[in-house]
Amino acid sequence: MPAATARAASSLTADPEEPPQRKLYRSADGRMLGGVARGLAGHLGLPVAWVRFVFLGLFFTDGLGALLYAVFWIVVPLGVGGVEAPRSVFETAADGRRKLRKPDRGQVFALVALTFGAVAFVANVDMGSEADRYIWPTLLIGAGSVLVWRQADNARRARWMEVGRNRKLLHLARGFAGVALVGLGLAVFLVVRGSAAQLGNVLTAAIAVLTGIFLLAGPYLVRMTQDLSEERLMRIRAQERAEVAAHVHDSVLHTLTLIQRNADDGGEVRRLARAQERELRNWLYNPEGTGKDEDDEPETLAEAVKRAAAEVEDKHGVPLEVVVVGDCPLDEKLSAQMQAAREAMVNAAKYGGEGGAVQVFAEVEGRTVFVSVRDRGPGFDLDEVPGDRMGVRESIIGRMQRNGGSARLRSVPGGGTEVELEMERASE
Amino acid sequence: MTENTEATGGPERRVRVVLVDDHRMFRTGVQAEIGRTEETGVEVVGEAADVDQAVTVITATRPEVVLLDVHLPGGGGVEVLRRCAPLMSAAEDPVRFLALSVSDAAEDVIGVIRGGARGYVTKTITGTDLVDSVFRVQEGDAVFSPRLAGFVLDAFASTDAPPVDEDLDRLTQREREVLRLIARGYAYKEIAKQLFISVKTVESHVSAVLRKLQLSNRHELTRWATARRLV
Repeated sequence: MPAATARAASSLTADPEEPPQRKLYRSADGRMLGGVARGLAGHLGLPVAWVRFVFLGLFFTDGLGALLYAVFWIVVPLGVGGVEAPRSVFETAADGRRKLRKPDRGQVFALVALTFGAVAFVANVDMGSEADRYIWPTLLIGAGSVLVWRQADNARRARWMEVGRNRKLLHLARGFAGVALVGLGLAVFLVVRGSAAQLGNVLTAAIAVLTGIFLLAGPYLVRMTQDLSEERLMRIRAQERAEVAAHVHDSVLHTLTLIQRNADDGGEVRRLARAQERELRNWLYNPEGTGKDEDDEPETLAEAVKRAAAEVEDKHGVPLEVVVVGDCPLDEKLSAQMQAAREAMVNAAKYGGEGGAVQVFAEVEGRTVFVSVRDRGPGFDLDEVPGDRMGVRESIIGRMQRNGGSARLRSVPGGGTEVELEMERASE
Repeated sequence: MTENTEATGGPERRVRVVLVDDHRMFRTGVQAEIGRTEETGVEVVGEAADVDQAVTVITATRPEVVLLDVHLPGGGGVEVLRRCAPLMSAAEDPVRFLALSVSDAAEDVIGVIRGGARGYVTKTITGTDLVDSVFRVQEGDAVFSPRLAGFVLDAFASTDAPPVDEDLDRLTQREREVLRLIARGYAYKEIAKQLFISVKTVESHVSAVLRKLQLSNRHELTRWATARRLV
């Protein structure tokens, strides 16, 4: 047995390295008490009977088997209710078929063996007058604890598969039986000790009560901590799935319908697809699921740049590729810069859009914020722009200068246009 | 990006490519777009839809370039890179990887680059640019999309504050400049013109960045990613 436990332990510790298919679980199917033997058998690829025999054999060596069994029961979690994990555990041998018919015979056999073992145990114990008095209460308490501990497993299992009313009643009854057994055991214990001095009595009573509470509440506490992370994971997953479904339903499906309806209008289809792509991407890759409440004003530079680009993209049907490096909160000067940048984006989309995507780059470096908007359109000569056209001169260059920044315009006829905006952040 | 006309190359340039993507439609599309061997010089010698398949196909066909999707059943592009590591470092005819993904999330990008991919382009790329990128990767250069350049700048910008003793973790001023221009949407040729250096120099700067990114210590990068809540 030590070899077997060592193997189990080593495979437990080796787990993080490899996929968790060999993880040790107690079996929820066809178990007698805690499913320890069956789980171990499945894990080690041995027949269940062998493992049970080993446990039984160890039981005779001063009850070591029982102790071992109890430790396994407490530490090893119950296999996921016959859905995945236990199946994969049992797949190793030709156990799958045997599991269908064997449990009955095996259970009877094991029960007989266990009774035999118990009788042998009782016969083995020194029936001296002192020790004898404590054996029966101890056994009673033990049986009660086993009942309650198993109950904890069942309560856990019930969460996986919805259990009917009558099953629930049974669980309740079993729980009560366990509590009663433990209580009885403790009471007998007290009665037996009754002859001792008063102080000893009180002490014993207190310890007994504490022990009782611990024994009764222990399994639930242990299970609870074991369950907690698993359950939280499940809940998060379910929630996430629901949210994805809802999101796909109201946005993607909706857009697809619109696209079908506008199939002939290439520009509109492109616009819809782009807007949807951006929204979905934003939703998928942004941690907080932004893009839901678009109403409020952006608070940071990155957000503002992306928002402005998205709006221009939607309006003009030209893709804008946005790259933002660093981020900072928006202040008044930066808002002005954003407005200038937006104007530059509109220009780029309007006049340079046919050359491909417009590139928008924003960088926060120390105190300076740099924004560049670049298109690959035909380009133009600033000096030749009529004096009454205020777009570039006022909205971009003028605005930047008024707010203490600078704007540079570089345009090569045939080589696209680039607007560079630079602004110092307001000092805090 | 209209001026990459010479990149289309002629049949005198040939490259053998394997496509790895779990979307059959996408593979077909890429195949149709770049696989016209007579025109583009790209010969698609194999396709794979998941990690296991990919490793098998790549080992069997020994292509020069693998177009690798980041999200794949069986562990993703990173897993393919991990299992093909010996092929990447082979002295003779090393297999080179170019990540091609719809995702432009920083974790994906940085992940495959650190896994050993020679570049990263998003699926919105045009056919011409993709062919160009494939050839560039074949020749051993790195291909950065503006977005990837942005991520890298971001990554190194925030590790700048504490003094980092390894030189490998820092970008030189020049490399930063080059990356910044890539992020602004410049082609390598335009960067060369702008900085008065040769295209070869630009390429070597970019390769240096790639090398630093793979070797830069994991701790810094993790911290960076968690600070931006990317992981």
